[in-house]
Amino acid sequence: MNVAVRRRETWAAVGFLSPWLIGFAVFMAGPMVASLVLSFTDYDVLTSTDFVGGENYRQLLADPKVRSSIANTLIYTALHVPVTMVVSLALAMLLARVGRRSAGFFRTIFYLPTITPKVAVGVLFLLLFNGQVGLVNSALGSVGIDGPNWTVDGPWIKPGLVLIGAWSLGSTVIIYLAALQNVPRDLYEAAEMDGASRWATFRAVTVPMISGALFFTLIINTIASLQTFDEVYTAFYGSANQQTYGNDAALFYVVYLFQQAFQFLHMGYASALAWLLFVIIVVITVVQVRLSRRFVYYENE
Amino acid sequence: MFIRLIRFAVSGVLVLVLAAGCGGVGKSSSGSGDDAAATLTMMGFGTGDEIAKTRFDKANAAIAPSAAKASEGSFDAQAFLSAVASGTPPDLVYMERRLLGTYAAKKAIMPLGDCVEREKIDMSQFRAAAVTEATLNGQLYGLPDFYNNRVLMLNDAAFAEVNLDPSGFDTGDWQALSTAASRLTKVSGGKLQRIGFDPKIPEFLPMWARANGAALVSDDGRTAQLTDPKVVEVLEYTVGLINEQGGWSNFKSFRDSWDFFGAKNQFASNQLGAFVMEDFYLNVLAANSPKAKVSVAPFRGVDGQPVDWITGNAWAIPAKSPHADQACKWIKTMTDSETWIAAAKARAEVRQKENKPFLGVFTGNQKADEVIFREHVKPDPTVQTVLKAQESGFSEPALAAGEEFKAAWQNAVSRVLEGKQKPAQAMAEAQQQAQAALDKANSGS
Repeated sequence: MNVAVRRRETWAAVGFLSPWLIGFAVFMAGPMVASLVLSFTDYDVLTSTDFVGGENYRQLLADPKVRSSIANTLIYTALHVPVTMVVSLALAMLLARVGRRSAGFFRTIFYLPTITPKVAVGVLFLLLFNGQVGLVNSALGSVGIDGPNWTVDGPWIKPGLVLIGAWSLGSTVIIYLAALQNVPRDLYEAAEMDGASRWATFRAVTVPMISGALFFTLIINTIASLQTFDEVYTAFYGSANQQTYGNDAALFYVVYLFQQAFQFLHMGYASALAWLLFVIIVVITVVQVRLSRRFVYYENE
Repeated sequence: MFIRLIRFAVSGVLVLVLAAGCGGVGKSSSGSGDDAAATLTMMGFGTGDEIAKTRFDKANAAIAPSAAKASEGSFDAQAFLSAVASGTPPDLVYMERRLLGTYAAKKAIMPLGDCVEREKIDMSQFRAAAVTEATLNGQLYGLPDFYNNRVLMLNDAAFAEVNLDPSGFDTGDWQALSTAASRLTKVSGGKLQRIGFDPKIPEFLPMWARANGAALVSDDGRTAQLTDPKVVEVLEYTVGLINEQGGWSNFKSFRDSWDFFGAKNQFASNQLGAFVMEDFYLNVLAANSPKAKVSVAPFRGVDGQPVDWITGNAWAIPAKSPHADQACKWIKTMTDSETWIAAAKARAEVRQKENKPFLGVFTGNQKADEVIFREHVKPDPTVQTVLKAQESGFSEPALAAGEEFKAAWQNAVSRVLEGKQKPAQAMAEAQQQAQAALDKANSGS
């Protein structure tokens, strides 16, 4: 290719990317660098900011609430991500079977709850999962199961939140549906000719062919779960009255970070907490990417 | 074509940057000096009802041709911090008195000594407990607004059902209280149908401590006293009350299911025997379930004396308020007895038109209350009980780390309620956290 043409095309690419590049620099990279610097200070917004070295990081290693909130968040993630992926895949496979016309309708129906604000989902959780009068326990009661107090009993809070998470799995369903529709028909025909069972077809054809989408949703859902905030905060910390009963089992990492920053005004410490979460997410994502090389199939490989 | 595209992209980003830079609380629209007609900005106050509206209009008239502009919603720490940090603080801020200490210790709001002196504000009109709550290290940081009392509210129907006399219900006699609570509790099919007595812990622990002759924090607000044996003792007792009524998990789940602000509230639905609550709730009950008979009684300490824990909001002026002088004049008028009386009169008229009773308005201004209850409120035993309770009002002192202090003891109580820790152990842990937070926050002052 002609050098001049190539140069012009490079500039064109940069031009098209520039809104994002500048936006990233101003709104993402800038604040990130600022928070990294602040994590080494005792910044509280209102008074003078002093450099405190690694004090915030030393403090967070010794803070029992950091440990318990990380544990809460990891347990939730370990439950939420597989449940979301399995249920979404099952729904997407159902959707893939319905006719083209009704597919559009059902796609919309499944996606609609995702549009609900997370704050509303938090309130919905309290209503549906109330141990005494909630719909969930009424349903369980009708089949003879005496349901737990999901919103008060420590051990049941995270399973309850995982279940309410199903409210917003629409986007994962849509991604899987698109992936399923891209699996070449001839592969299924070949499997059928070979007399493969449904399960064998699913394992040997469907899963490998949509492994890219599975991997993508694994990463995205893991990161989102580790950053869970809105619905938990609304349900358990949204008002002064709720805070009064703040249940340790619902103290997720970002909720604790928010409390430190905006309730206790420990912005420096909160910045350090944010960077610890960043490192945790990077490590988990790198591990997932490494493992994915064995399982994910890309068409151009 | 290509150049034009780049120009377009860059200008788009510039618009974004500029738009973002314009967020937050705007500076006054006209004039920067205190003499010119200015628009005062505020946070945390809306003119939702006739009381707020009447007072707001009077306060604005006092600074004419300048005027304050009401905000929406209650005080939001995040919004306030952003405004202060970006150098555009509001002129006025309306927040809970218990929060003042934190912002005062960090010098985000100004001491009002000069303001009181300059505007000759009559401090004797305010109730002492409200002033205490707004005072840190001897300096006043807010003018008291409402005065929220806490009294016992008893469900007459439930008492009649179990043959108990509401007038004999006494929180000072713990033995008798436990017995009454058990009798009032109703369980059916293994499910709680009625809570006998809700002691409202964690949130009302300061009141229970006071009732047992203790305080969670020293009068100067610098020393946590969470391990005081009397605090631990009252915590043990109140947790025991809840455990006897089905345990925390069932108790709380059942309570969460109440239609608290609706017509089918726990009194109308006979789901509660008695609880201790802020006085505003009497107005909620009067408006939503006027037929439900509710008796009101003072909350008593073990010595038999009434105990009334007071909280409420206050008006403060941010340290860098662009129009501090006018803001001072404005809050003076807002909290003045004449203003309150005019507001109460407006509310009484509205209630009369609706053919509903007017139970008065409990303010941090003693002079206002005297006139309001003498001239605008019909004598009523409920109102008399609250007025009587006011005489024994106490408040927590302002704390430099109020939020952390509160989180420490509330989390401790929650751990005990969930059965994770024993009271003494939980309070010992809370004591350490609370004292560390107080020490750190006070080290700068």
